[in-house]
Amino acid sequence: MDWGAILENTIRGLIGEQFIYFALAAIGLNIHFGFTGLLNFGQAVFMAAGAYGLSMAVATLGLNFWLGLVLGIIVFPLILALIMGVPTLRLRSDYLAIVTIAASEMFRIIARSPSLDRWTGSSDGLTGFANTFYELSPFDRSQRYFFGIFIGNQMWVVLVGWVAVVLVSVGVWAVLRSPWGRVLRAIREDEDAARSLGKNAYWFKMQALILGGVIGALGGMLRAIGTQSAQPQNFITDVTFFAWVALILGGVAKVGGPILGAAILYGILSFTDILLRQMVEAGIISTSVMDGTQVGQVRFMLIGLGLVLLAAFRPQGILGSKEEMALDDR
Amino acid sequence: MTADNTLNRFAGVPWEPGAAKSDPVLVVDGVRRAFGGLVAVDVDHLEVQRGAITALIGPNGAGKTTFFNLLTNFDTPDAGTRRFEGQELSRVPAHRVASLGMVRTFQLTKSLSKMSVIDNMLLGATHQRGESLRRSLLPFTWRGQEAANTARADELLERFKLSHMRNEYAGTLSGGQRKLLEMARALMVEPTMVMLDEPMAGVNPALKQSLLDHVKGLRDLGMTVLFVEHDMDMVQEISDWVVVMAEGRIIAEGPPSSIGENQAVVDAYLGAHHDAPLDLGEDR
Amino acid sequence: MLSSSMFHRGLRLLLLAAAAIVGTLGASATIASAQSDDEAIVKGTITDTDDDGARVGVAGVVISALDAEGTEFGRSTTDGDGNWSIGLSAGTYQILVDVDSLPEGVSLRNPDKNPAEVRLIEGDEKSTLFPLGEALVESAGGVRVIQLAVDGLKVGLIIAMCAIGLSLIYGTTGLTNFAHGEAVTFGAMAAYVFHVVGVFGFRMPLIPATVITVVICGASGGLFNRLVWAKMRRRGASLIAALVMSIGFSILFRYVMLFQFGGRAGFYDDFRLQTKWDFGVFSIAPKDIVLMVLSIVVLVGVASALQFTRMGKAMRAVSDNRDLAESSGIDVERVISSVWIAGSALAGLGGVFLAVTESISWDMGFRVLLLMFAGVTLGGLGTAYGALFGSIIVGLFIQLSTLVIPTDMKNVGALIMLVLILLVRPQGLLGRRERIG
Repeated sequence: MDWGAILENTIRGLIGEQFIYFALAAIGLNIHFGFTGLLNFGQAVFMAAGAYGLSMAVATLGLNFWLGLVLGIIVFPLILALIMGVPTLRLRSDYLAIVTIAASEMFRIIARSPSLDRWTGSSDGLTGFANTFYELSPFDRSQRYFFGIFIGNQMWVVLVGWVAVVLVSVGVWAVLRSPWGRVLRAIREDEDAARSLGKNAYWFKMQALILGGVIGALGGMLRAIGTQSAQPQNFITDVTFFAWVALILGGVAKVGGPILGAAILYGILSFTDILLRQMVEAGIISTSVMDGTQVGQVRFMLIGLGLVLLAAFRPQGILGSKEEMALDDR
Repeated sequence: MTADNTLNRFAGVPWEPGAAKSDPVLVVDGVRRAFGGLVAVDVDHLEVQRGAITALIGPNGAGKTTFFNLLTNFDTPDAGTRRFEGQELSRVPAHRVASLGMVRTFQLTKSLSKMSVIDNMLLGATHQRGESLRRSLLPFTWRGQEAANTARADELLERFKLSHMRNEYAGTLSGGQRKLLEMARALMVEPTMVMLDEPMAGVNPALKQSLLDHVKGLRDLGMTVLFVEHDMDMVQEISDWVVVMAEGRIIAEGPPSSIGENQAVVDAYLGAHHDAPLDLGEDR
Repeated sequence: MLSSSMFHRGLRLLLLAAAAIVGTLGASATIASAQSDDEAIVKGTITDTDDDGARVGVAGVVISALDAEGTEFGRSTTDGDGNWSIGLSAGTYQILVDVDSLPEGVSLRNPDKNPAEVRLIEGDEKSTLFPLGEALVESAGGVRVIQLAVDGLKVGLIIAMCAIGLSLIYGTTGLTNFAHGEAVTFGAMAAYVFHVVGVFGFRMPLIPATVITVVICGASGGLFNRLVWAKMRRRGASLIAALVMSIGFSILFRYVMLFQFGGRAGFYDDFRLQTKWDFGVFSIAPKDIVLMVLSIVVLVGVASALQFTRMGKAMRAVSDNRDLAESSGIDVERVISSVWIAGSALAGLGGVFLAVTESISWDMGFRVLLLMFAGVTLGGLGTAYGALFGSIIVGLFIQLSTLVIPTDMKNVGALIMLVLILLVRPQGLLGRRERIG
C-alpha cells in the first residue's frame, strides 16, 4: 500500500480537475434547484452541451477555438434550456424532472449512434479541439507543480478552473442579492404568490434554467478540455447525480455549498477509489470479491447511497439551515 | 368619501342577480368552468362597482374560490369573457392581470415564509429595474429605485403595524399578521382593485377589527375591493354590496341588509345546513 | 424526527437485506463467461430482411475480436435473435465476421467494412453493425408497417405492465418513483438466478422461476415501502426529498446489479432459439405470441381488479382524492402497501418478459423507466388506465418510428413524443386538466 499515492490522490480530489467540473455543475444546479426550485436531472446534458459545443465546432466543423467557446457556453445550453423548459416550466415540477432525465437518455443514444459518427465521433467521441487552450499555458508541460501533484497541462486547467469557480460564485452571489434573485426565491417558495404580485414566473424560471445551464456547460467544457476529449461516457445520466450529491452535501441555496460539497465529495471518492484499487492490487481484497473494473462501479454505489442518506437524514447539507432552505421543503 | 357616498353609487341598481352598475370596473359574461362532469362555476353576468366594497358569499362548495381564480386568470374558464377596465382577460396571463391593477390574496395565506417580511414587501413593487437579469449585476442601475421601494414598504409596514417584524422570516408571523402582510404586500403593487379571498379566516378576534379598518381604508384610498368571506359580521359591517353564489351560479345581489331576507339565499343556505336556522355567520 | 431512529434501523435492515439477497444469489451469478477482467464490451445484432421485409435475427454467425497482428481475444456466436457480444479489456480491436458462418445466400452489405475497427476504453459498451443483404429499408414498406406494429404492440404491452405500478404509486402517494425501473431489472435478474445460475445447485425451468420471481418482487416491493417509504411519509418528508431518495436508490440498486452481474447481456436458456412463424404479412416467434397473450390476460386482470374488487376500488379512490378516501374510512396505508406489492410484482413480471424477448442487462430497467414515463405521461400521470393506454401507444410509436429514423435511435422518438405531449396536452390523453396545476 502506497500511502503517499493515496494522500496525493485525495488532495487531487479535493481541489483538482474533477472537483472543478462538478463544482461548476453543482453551482448551476444550485441556481436551478436551490434558488428557484427547478428539478433539473439533466445537468449532465448541459455539461455535454459545453463539451460538444466546443469540440464539434473545432473538430467537426473546423471553426476557431474562440467561436467554439461561444457555441459551447452560450448557444448550445441556451437552445437546450429552451427545448427542455418551454414545454415543462408551466407545469408542476416533476415534469421538468422527467424531461431532463429523458434528455440525458436522448443525448446518450444520439451521441453514441454510429449513424452520426461523422458529427459526434459516436462512442469514441471527439478529440483534438483543445490545442489553442494549452498553447496559452504558462506552465511547462514536462514539469510538476503544486507540490508535484499536477503536471503542467493539468496545472493550467486547474488554475483556469479555479478562476472560473471563483468568478462564477461571485457573480452568482451578486445576482442572487438583487431583486432578480428575490423573485427567484419567491418562485421557489410559492409560484402562485409571485404570479399574483405580477411576476412572470415562467420567464424567471426560464432565465434561471438558462443561467444554471450555462454554468453547467462551462463545467462540462472544462472537463472536455481537461481530458482533451468529448465522450458520451463522461456525460451519461448518472453524472448529473454527482453534481446533485455535491450540492446537497454542501448545502442547498448557499453560494458556497456546491464548492464545499464538490470538494468533500471528490475527496471521499478519490480516497475510496485509490484505497480500493491499492487493496485489490495488494491482494487485501481478493479478486473474487472485487476486481479493478468493479472499483469504478463502487463510486456510483456511493453516490446512490449518498443521495438516499442525505435526503433522509440531512437534507440541509453541511452549510444549510433548515430555516432558510433545505431539500426537505414543502 | 363616506359609506353613504358609496351607497349612492348603488342608487337605482336593482336587487337582482346580474344587475347593471353605474360604473363597473369588472364585467363578467357567461363564465363557465367544469371539473369533469361537475359544473363548478356558471355565471351569466356580473358587474363589480368601482370604488366600492363588494362581498362574495355563499355556502361551502358554491364555487366562490374557483370564481376568484377565474377572475384573476389563475384558472382558465371553459367559456365566457371577463373584462377588467374594459380589457378582455382571456389572453392575459395571471401575472399580467396583477400589473393591470387587479391584485389578489389567497385563502391559505401565501406569505413567503422563508423570506424576510421586508423582502416579501419589496417583491410586490412593480417595474423593478433590478428584476432584469442583465441589470442585476449592475447595482447602480437599481439601487435608487430599491431605496424608494424600501421607503414605501416601510411606510406600509408602519401602517399595518408590522414594522417591528421587518427583518424576521415571514414564517415567524402569526396567522393574523400574515393576513396583514399579504394585504400590505398587495398594496405594494399599487392596484386599482384588490381581491381578498377570506381575509378573516384564521384571524384571532383581537386582530379582526384592525383588518376591517384596513379593508375600509382601501376603499377610502379609491380602490375597489371584492372579497370572499364566511364571517357575516364582517360582511354586514364593511360591504357596500353583496353577491351571493350557490352551486356555481349567482342567485342574489343587493345591499347587505337585504340579503338575510332574500328567499333564494335562505333556501341556498338551508339546503346546505338542514338543521340550522339562517345564521349566515356560522357557515364554517 | 420522532421515528428517525426507527427509520434508520429500517433503512439499515433493508440495505442489509438487499445486500444479502444479491450476495447469496449473485455469488456465482456473473453473467456469461468467467472472464472477470473484461473492462469493455463490443456487441451487436446481425439481422437480415426476410421476404416480407421484416427483420429477423440471424443465428449461428461467428464473430471474433482480433488485435492488429491477428491474435484472437474473444469470439461470440449469434443467438436466435442475432445478438452477439464479446467482453474485452481496453484496447483497439478488429471485429471480424466469419463470412463462412453466414447462412446460404446471405452476404454482408459492406464487405469492405469487415473487419471493423473499434477502440474500447474501460467501461465501454460499443455496438458494431454488420448489415446484411443489399436493400434493408426500402423493401415492401406497407408490409413492414404491419410487422413493426406487431412488434410495437408487444413492446407496448410489456411497458404497460411495468408502468401500472409506477402510475399507481404516483397516484396514491405522489411519489415519482425513479427506482421503479430497478424493480424491472430485479425481476429479470431474479428469474435468471433461479433458472440459469441455480440456487444451491438447483436450476429450474423458466416458468416456475418466473412464478417465484413475481412473488419475490411483490414481497420486496412491499418491504421497500414498509421499511423506507412508509416511514418517510410518517415523518412528513417532502415529495422532493422522497423523489431524490428514489433516484439514489435507483443508482444504488443499478450499480449493485452491475457489480454482481457484470455489464454484458445475458439470456435465459428456455425459449431462446425459436424460428419465427410466418403469417405472410408479418412473422413472429411463438414465445412472443405467448408473451403478448399473457400480457393481455394480466392487464385485463389488473383492469378488472381495479374496476370490481374492493381493494381495486379503494386504490382508485385514494388516487383520486386521498383525503376524501381517508375520511370515508379507507385504510390509506394498507391501500398504498397493496399498490407497492402489486406494482412491484407486475414490474418484475414485465422484466422477465422483456428479458425473454430481448436480453437481460443491468440497466434494462432504467431504459424502460423512461419509456414508462413517456407512456404514463401520455396516458395521464396517476391514472391506471392512462398508463395502460399510453404505454401501448409508446410501444407502437417506438417501433413504427424506425420507418424514418435509424433503429439504434428509436427510443429517441418516444422521448421526443413525451416532450411534444407536454407541450400540447400536459395532462395526458386521459388525465384531467386540474391535475397538473
